[in-house]
Amino acid sequence: MAAETQIKNLTVNFGPQHPAAHGVLRMVMEMDGEVVERLDPHIGLLHRGTEKLIEYKTYLQAIPYFDRLDYVSPMSLEHAFVLGAEKLLGIQPPPRGQYVRTLFAEITRLTNHLFNVPALALDIGAMTPLLWACEQREIVMEFYERVCGARLHAAYFRVGGVHQDLPAGLTDDILEWAEKMPSFIDDIETLLNENRIFKQRTVDIGTVSADDALAWGFTGPMLRASGVPWDLRKAQPYDAYADMDFDIPIGKHGDVYSRYLVRVAEMRESLRIVKQSIEKMPDGPVMTEDGKVGPPSRGEMKRSMEALIHHFKLYTEGFHVPAGETYTAVEAPKGEFAVYLVSDGTNRPYRCKIRAPGFAHLQAMNFMCKGHMLADSVSVLGSIDPVFGEIDR
Amino acid sequence: MAEIFTDTLWPWVLFIWPWIKIPVLIIVIIVPVLLSVAYLTYWERKIIGWMQYRKGPNVVGWLGLMQPFADGLKLFLKETIIPSGANPIIFLLSPMITFVLALIAWAVIPFDEGWVLADINVGILYLFAISSLGVYGVVMAGWASNSKYAFLGALRSAAQMVSYEVSMGFVIVTVLFLVGSLNLSDIVRAQSGGFWNWHMFGILAPMGVVFFVSTLAETNRSPFDLPEAEAELVAGYFVEYSSFPFAMFFLGEYANMILMAGMTSILFLGGWQAPIPALDVIPGIIWFGLKVAFVLFFFLWVRATFPRYRYDQLMRLGWKVFLPLSLAWVVLVAGIVEFTGA
Repeated sequence: MAAETQIKNLTVNFGPQHPAAHGVLRMVMEMDGEVVERLDPHIGLLHRGTEKLIEYKTYLQAIPYFDRLDYVSPMSLEHAFVLGAEKLLGIQPPPRGQYVRTLFAEITRLTNHLFNVPALALDIGAMTPLLWACEQREIVMEFYERVCGARLHAAYFRVGGVHQDLPAGLTDDILEWAEKMPSFIDDIETLLNENRIFKQRTVDIGTVSADDALAWGFTGPMLRASGVPWDLRKAQPYDAYADMDFDIPIGKHGDVYSRYLVRVAEMRESLRIVKQSIEKMPDGPVMTEDGKVGPPSRGEMKRSMEALIHHFKLYTEGFHVPAGETYTAVEAPKGEFAVYLVSDGTNRPYRCKIRAPGFAHLQAMNFMCKGHMLADSVSVLGSIDPVFGEIDR
Repeated sequence: MAEIFTDTLWPWVLFIWPWIKIPVLIIVIIVPVLLSVAYLTYWERKIIGWMQYRKGPNVVGWLGLMQPFADGLKLFLKETIIPSGANPIIFLLSPMITFVLALIAWAVIPFDEGWVLADINVGILYLFAISSLGVYGVVMAGWASNSKYAFLGALRSAAQMVSYEVSMGFVIVTVLFLVGSLNLSDIVRAQSGGFWNWHMFGILAPMGVVFFVSTLAETNRSPFDLPEAEAELVAGYFVEYSSFPFAMFFLGEYANMILMAGMTSILFLGGWQAPIPALDVIPGIIWFGLKVAFVLFFFLWVRATFPRYRYDQLMRLGWKVFLPLSLAWVVLVAGIVEFTGA
């Protein structure tokens, strides 16, 4: 009688505290030696009940919650919410407000990619690009600070425009930085693009075909890396994107390397948009003139009783939004970030469902990592660009 | 009084001297080695910091020079945690093995003409044997920790060290063919007379490169730092270690780095020899130190520049590239030695 031997796969608990988990992701991996047989991402460790909290806040009070979703690209997420609320209200920000929002949405895309691209390199073991990028991110954070007073949690975009006009001299500094930035991107590319080890670790890893990418609900760079030219900024332009001249970089193979290249190319395109939006930026107000949504000016408040009452009402009760519902999506750096807003005519959203791109991408982890090695699952995870603020909400 | 000294004490001194001499020499070697280890960690952080637009340690002491001692003190004062599932004896034994092995290898290293503790004729074999034993510390640590990350790290490390030792062995064989001696001092003497005589600049140049890359793998340094790949295995085989056992792993690893840099200098960069004979007035120990520092700089430079190999790619490089190359070179060098009678 032959003795039966049962070979048990090694089950490794990856995270929730793990240097490569990009926050608090727990992955239960079943491994045959170094090869991943099954990978099960467990999320929810950063769940803060954002959607429910927003139901109890006025539309203005809801904006800071969006900064705290994807804390690497805060303004892009505010963008989705304010566009949704504007759609329900039936208002449009003045042209300058739209241009400022476009400018900062692209600066935000740059900060996001400035963090994700070298973070992928760090996951693969090259730590220098990340520290170089931190230098550049610091500059961008200062732009954030100058425009809204906060480095990370901006709360700058408002329903009907932006909170304040740009401070004097900011556009010059941004233009000057935008001139220098490409040489920094070149530095990162010289270190990584043709590096044999980097290519061995990323080419043909976590490959997703165009059909699979669509089937798994991929959006943003993840989808474009698989060769699908889909970008909401082109497909359904919002704010000032219709006036901008830019290209949509797409990848060919849908592997980690393509995603890396797409993100780097997007940084260059974002710089083009940054320059154009500054050059084409019209003069005028940055906040809607509709006194029921936008606050009156300080000067007006000193002179007019009515303006003072409006200000008081706007910052206590907030504005009422007509009943209706909307699904409004923006091309956030990580993909299609959308808000499904239901209004019942009061000053608070009845429901605010958030569609986080990372959530859809993370569900494909098992699909992308199966049969790869442990080290590859780390680089695939890095290429997804997950941020658990938005995935767990 | 003088007669008492010469008549009664002197024979005793002569009798005891050999027993004192060896421990004294050991201390004279080990203290500088440990100091170099401490300052290697400092320079690693400084140099990589500069490469990354950072300053590196600059708070503790002047220019941060006391940082290594602050770190050592911190580790010394921490609690030694032994995980409940671990095998305590082996768990504590393995850092000791790593540390001791890293130090005893220095016995045969010639720092200068005649400056060697044990000038044995099988010096290179001794070094090779000691560095091969290093894998035991790692495997025992990984097994005794009773942790999956440590276990995977230890398995990777064992496979990696064993496979790169094979090609390292063949590289050493090519050197031996040329020199005709296993004595490290003889190997250095064979490279005297200027840098054009160093093995790095002759037929053995490719072997020098292979040897250097293999030492990166042998010491688990980037880009071969898979056993402690922080992005995958958190810290690899010593993930469960804290306090002084951790410090011993750390010291052992860095002592090994210096040792490997020393071996590279001796085998390929002419050991204590000056690059041009005119510079022989400068003591050999300084040249040796400079060469070791030069090789160590490459260790750090590589770490700041390259991403990490994947496990299978590392194996492929070791077995499919380095092994055939070094084997072919063994045949080539053997042929040259046979036909030229050099």
